[in-house]
Amino acid sequence: MPITHEHIKEKLSTHLGEHLVAWEESYGMACATVKAEHNLKTLTFLHDEPSLGFRFLTDLTAVHYPDRKGEELAVVYHLHNLVENTRLRIKIYVPIETPNVYTATGLFSGANWMERETYDFFGVNFVGHPNLIRVLNVDEMDYFPLRKEYPLEDQTRIDKDDEMFGR
Amino acid sequence: MARPVRFNLITKDTSDRGINQVDLPQGHMGEGFFATSLDKVVGLARKNSIWPLPFATSCCGIEFMATMGSHYDLARFGSERVGFSPRQCDLLMVMGTIAKKMGPVVRQVYLQMAEPRWVMAVGACASSGGIFDTYSVLQGIDQVVPVDVYVPGCPPRPEAIIDGVLKIQDLVHNESLRRRNSEQYKALLEGYGIQ
Repeated sequence: MPITHEHIKEKLSTHLGEHLVAWEESYGMACATVKAEHNLKTLTFLHDEPSLGFRFLTDLTAVHYPDRKGEELAVVYHLHNLVENTRLRIKIYVPIETPNVYTATGLFSGANWMERETYDFFGVNFVGHPNLIRVLNVDEMDYFPLRKEYPLEDQTRIDKDDEMFGR
Repeated sequence: MARPVRFNLITKDTSDRGINQVDLPQGHMGEGFFATSLDKVVGLARKNSIWPLPFATSCCGIEFMATMGSHYDLARFGSERVGFSPRQCDLLMVMGTIAKKMGPVVRQVYLQMAEPRWVMAVGACASSGGIFDTYSVLQGIDQVVPVDVYVPGCPPRPEAIIDGVLKIQDLVHNESLRRRNSEQYKALLEGYGIQ
């Protein structure tokens, strides 16, 4: 018996108050946007509250919205209640100049590599992470490739020109 | 006595049962002796006993497996023995996409091979990055190791890979024994920061 979205929303808004910024249900999946500094409080509550029990972190990633000034980077947590088979997304927004987010590694051990990957591609600084280094890209890389200001193509090539390759 | 079943009825010479021998190099032959230059003998021996090291990372590797199989049979060209230790091999065959993180590994494998060594880039990705014009993919292995023969294709057919091996054989056959000591060769390796 899946947990109803109303129940999750009610529990979250009671616990977080005005720190629950937005609530949406797109394509049948609930998504709560909370203040960036309250991400751990939210995740811990969802994890520990007996009637919610979101104890599995399916995915953790980020999205870059260059047009949203002051909240360019969105960090997304996908949570799963394995007993009731209910999924939930938690979103937080941080400015790209100071992308500081508290680490979730204390709560979910599986967040370790996911946060490293998010740091690797988007440059999100997970405060308190035990080993925040690149995990997939080469160590020498000096930028965060999935931020929108960086082109997809490898910039070290000189023989692929715009005329022939449509760059 | 003729074999009871014989599938290939059209052979060049029925007396040798289809076994081909390489042509003799240029030289002087008389009764009980044959004189030629050492270069030619060494080239002949090396050419027909190349040990390939397959560095297969993706679909081109599958084509290489077909090439090694009985249908295309790379063993016909003296490359029967595929080695999986770079220290024993003569020919590094890089087949498939090499990510930038894999670049140092390719280089390390190349460094572990003993001279004389040859490198073949099989397929578009190993030759130029191919369709993966992206931040994470090495745009051709010639950025990290010198390459002797490029085989085009995405992936190349086994015939193309065999053609590449034949091109390598030509290089091996005709290469001067002193080429590896030449200034040009040293400058090439220097360009890659090797020794």
